[in-house]
Amino acid sequence: MSHISSKGLYYTIFTTLIVLTGVTVAIARMDLGALNTPVALAIAGFKATLVILFFMGVKYNTPLTKVVAASGFVWLIILFGITMGDYLTRAWIGFPGR
Amino acid sequence: MGQQLEASVLGMWVFLVTEVMFFGGLFMAYILYRSLYPAAWLAGSHELNEVLGGLNTVVLICSSLTMALAVRAAQVGAWMGQVVNLILTIIFGTIFLVVKYFEYAAKFEHHLVPGPHFDPARDPAQQLYFSLYFMMTGIHALHMVVGIVLMLIILRMAWKGRFSAEYYGPVEISGLYWHFVDIVWIFLFPLLYLIGKHH
Repeated sequence: MSHISSKGLYYTIFTTLIVLTGVTVAIARMDLGALNTPVALAIAGFKATLVILFFMGVKYNTPLTKVVAASGFVWLIILFGITMGDYLTRAWIGFPGR
Repeated sequence: MGQQLEASVLGMWVFLVTEVMFFGGLFMAYILYRSLYPAAWLAGSHELNEVLGGLNTVVLICSSLTMALAVRAAQVGAWMGQVVNLILTIIFGTIFLVVKYFEYAAKFEHHLVPGPHFDPARDPAQQLYFSLYFMMTGIHALHMVVGIVLMLIILRMAWKGRFSAEYYGPVEISGLYWHFVDIVWIFLFPLLYLIGKHH
């Protein structure tokens, strides 16, 4: 945790984040069909990863902190996956009374 | 001191995981209702001002940079660097909230706030979109207010010279919170403002 990043690294991350924001806006104007939202989320996910690893310094944290930080997002995927797995498949199986 | 800092950082991350789950519930509602009412989502998103949303995204990224530089200044024991970067962070955070105020005011003027005054010419399902818009950005804005108050406290401590290369935990921990709030916005901006811009 005593790791001190160089100012240059922070400026590089900052520039990348700004450029990717521009890319997000530009891509939103293109018609990618069903891919628009997944591409936007992929860029947002990459931006979030940069912030977590370098601005928040998780890259230089202890393994325990890394696992805890990752766990929040793992549980998020479980929440989204199981809930949508339920809602999206409800119409697949017919049952009496419906 | 190193071990204390590690423990503090770990504790803050446990708190941030609960925050991820808290916002996660709202994102869950967003995914579900967008899948059920895709047309209402596109129509609702068209009413948002993407220029102001984009401006706020840039403002928050700037604030994250100054926050990271403030933590670095504390790590190397630079008083001036801490004070200047903390003040800049507070200013960027305030700009964000001022822009948000004007956006909200426009929504009220255009009868886009869910409830009895919602534009009757619109599909009622769009109220779901705007409910989630106000809930997600509102709770995010509340986190920004908390963050600014936190930064004012840290600024006061930094001003008094409380932080050094040996002791800078509070700056680091508050910085984690600030960056987290930035990350939430990184996802909110494309999901609320930019869907359906290609139509």
